[in-house]
Amino acid sequence: MSDSPAAGAMRIALVGNPNCGKTALFNRLTGSRHKVANYAGVTVERREGRFTTPGGRVVRVLDLPGAYSLDAVSPDEAITRDVCRGTLPGEPAPDLLVCVADATNLRLHLRFILEVQALGRPMVVALNMMDAARERGIRVDTDRLARELGVPVVETVAVRRHGADALTALLDASGTRVEAAAAGACAASDSGAASEDGAAVAPTPDVHARVRRLLAAAVTVPRATAELDDALDRVVLHPVWGLVILALAMFLVFQAVFSWATPLMELIKAGVDALGDVVGASLPAGPLRSLLVEGVIAGAGAVMVFLPQILILFLFILALEESGYLPRAAVLLDRFMVGAGLSGRSFIPLLSSFACAVPGIMAARTIQDPRDRLATILVAPLMTCSARLPVYALLIGAFVERREVWGLFNLQGLVLFSLYAAGIVSAVGVAWLLKRLRRGREEQALLLELPSYRRPNVRDLAIGLLERAQIFVKRVGTIILPLMVVLWFLASFPAPPAGSDVNPLAYSFAGRLGAALEPVFAPLGFNWQICIALVPGLAAREVAVGSLATVYALSAANESAADALGPLIAAQWPLPTALSLLAWYVAAPMCVATLAVIRRETGSWKTMVGSAAALFALAYVLAFVVHAAAVALLPGGAS
Amino acid sequence: MDHADANRFAPALSDLVRGQAGVVAGVEHLGTRDTIAERLEALGLVPGEPVRVVATGPFGGEPLVVQVGSTRFALRHAEARRVRLGIEPPEDGGV
Repeated sequence: MSDSPAAGAMRIALVGNPNCGKTALFNRLTGSRHKVANYAGVTVERREGRFTTPGGRVVRVLDLPGAYSLDAVSPDEAITRDVCRGTLPGEPAPDLLVCVADATNLRLHLRFILEVQALGRPMVVALNMMDAARERGIRVDTDRLARELGVPVVETVAVRRHGADALTALLDASGTRVEAAAAGACAASDSGAASEDGAAVAPTPDVHARVRRLLAAAVTVPRATAELDDALDRVVLHPVWGLVILALAMFLVFQAVFSWATPLMELIKAGVDALGDVVGASLPAGPLRSLLVEGVIAGAGAVMVFLPQILILFLFILALEESGYLPRAAVLLDRFMVGAGLSGRSFIPLLSSFACAVPGIMAARTIQDPRDRLATILVAPLMTCSARLPVYALLIGAFVERREVWGLFNLQGLVLFSLYAAGIVSAVGVAWLLKRLRRGREEQALLLELPSYRRPNVRDLAIGLLERAQIFVKRVGTIILPLMVVLWFLASFPAPPAGSDVNPLAYSFAGRLGAALEPVFAPLGFNWQICIALVPGLAAREVAVGSLATVYALSAANESAADALGPLIAAQWPLPTALSLLAWYVAAPMCVATLAVIRRETGSWKTMVGSAAALFALAYVLAFVVHAAAVALLPGGAS
Repeated sequence: MDHADANRFAPALSDLVRGQAGVVAGVEHLGTRDTIAERLEALGLVPGEPVRVVATGPFGGEPLVVQVGSTRFALRHAEARRVRLGIEPPEDGGV
């Protein structure tokens, strides 16, 4: 069955339960020399790396998704099952399966090892986290375990330098020997064999009885749980203290994403502007300079500017996940979020979407259930992101009086608050609707493992962050950049004839498109200037402010263009128009970066187009209702 | 594994409150292929295994955090109802 290792690199795959430290072992073996892609046709991440053993053998490693059983209940587990069996199209069967087990929880992990063994493929067992096991007084007789199982067993400590040496030494010595040992093991295995189609792999009672015998023969466990886990969980999962700790943790994450990222983003913007100036100065004025400076460089800047938020958010998520806290937070919030049609794991992606939906949607990767994940991705754009603030600030500043309400609140502040609330309410409504639409399908289980608390490993955090950055720049950036260039083209061509005083933006394709859309938006009270500004505003919501200034012929170079815009529109627009535009921006999918990341994270153009259409419809209805109500209720509103 | 009739009136894991413990009698399978029940068994909820509720969620007592063997996991009432409890001691004094 297996390809000859001499034909090229040896191919191994790491399999194991979630939380067995598989990815840490993968990082230990390959360092950062690996690439992340998706398996064909699904959004499951495929991580492959390579390394050279001390003996000079080149090994390609596949880090398979964690699975509790080969009886797959999720797309991730189906991938693991198919790769282990060698039935996944385009993915040759690995020469060797490395079954990774948490040495502190062999009762659970041995069951999966037996299930993998029943496949009859060459395999070795890596007993990981042996350091934690020793600290807890857990003794594993590795030789005895290897004899009883009939496969080689090595001890590893993935988070420690040289922690995987026993495994690499085994690979060096392997080839024929491992395969022979594994073949012998299959013959010796008394667990039920896999049936032809693989359904109902092994009779469960037999496997559990065998696990008990193996544990009795080779493992001594003084205490089922770590004392530290018991003590921490008493506080962390406490109905009151648990929520207090959670609130503090979430506040810290939100603060970090919202404010720590800002100086870095400013730095990137300044750097991109400086680069644009340098390139612009060295080229003659004309379409080429405009393309490079305003299209390509500004477009690349629009991609890079998301990186600080993404990296800071993922630093927290990776640290919380690795420490074991994230699943506990999900437990605390589960009931609350289920009420809204989501799950406990949806909370962090949605919270970060208040800073920006792009990192928020990427963070939805931590939600295992594909339906919960999709629902979270679809409602994330309804959270009021920071890019809406310039639009809100302009309109509120121009139209809402700065006066006190009930001697306590500021009317402007109240309007801003109600816009945030409107976003949350519409998100709950959409999530509820999605839940209703899928009702009748099979029920959703939580079944969330709470792993032991662990200190996050700096090296693993760094590798994880590098991975996120690469994924964003390579896969999302490559959609955003061309779209930015397209938007630049639409807003720049055709140029008005020389000498005419026609507004260049109004004369461009974007302007004509906006003007053509005017009848569509007229029921919302939008004038042609707003319609034109909506088109370049697709690049990012805050760009709409600059575009409005351009339409009103305020010099874009003028620093105070936005400041001058306020009084101008206050004088020209009726109040219902302003309120309608505010309502529009609560839901409008006016951001190509968000749409690009939805496309990438769901792997589906259909989902992206569908969500854009749904948000557009929601925004239209909201704005229409607000406009109609304002015209009807406000004295002189239609003036 | 037909526990449905024998255990209809047996206590379930969902009846336990925070701090209470029991011994698993079996997992009830709903329908012909109950993947949730299969997964509960895969996580170690098999007859004879001691199980303990170590915490419950702050809203509505859901989800339950249970300890079985060295594994701690959270499940909702709908899942916990499938786990029937008995009074027999564990077969081999399993930890």
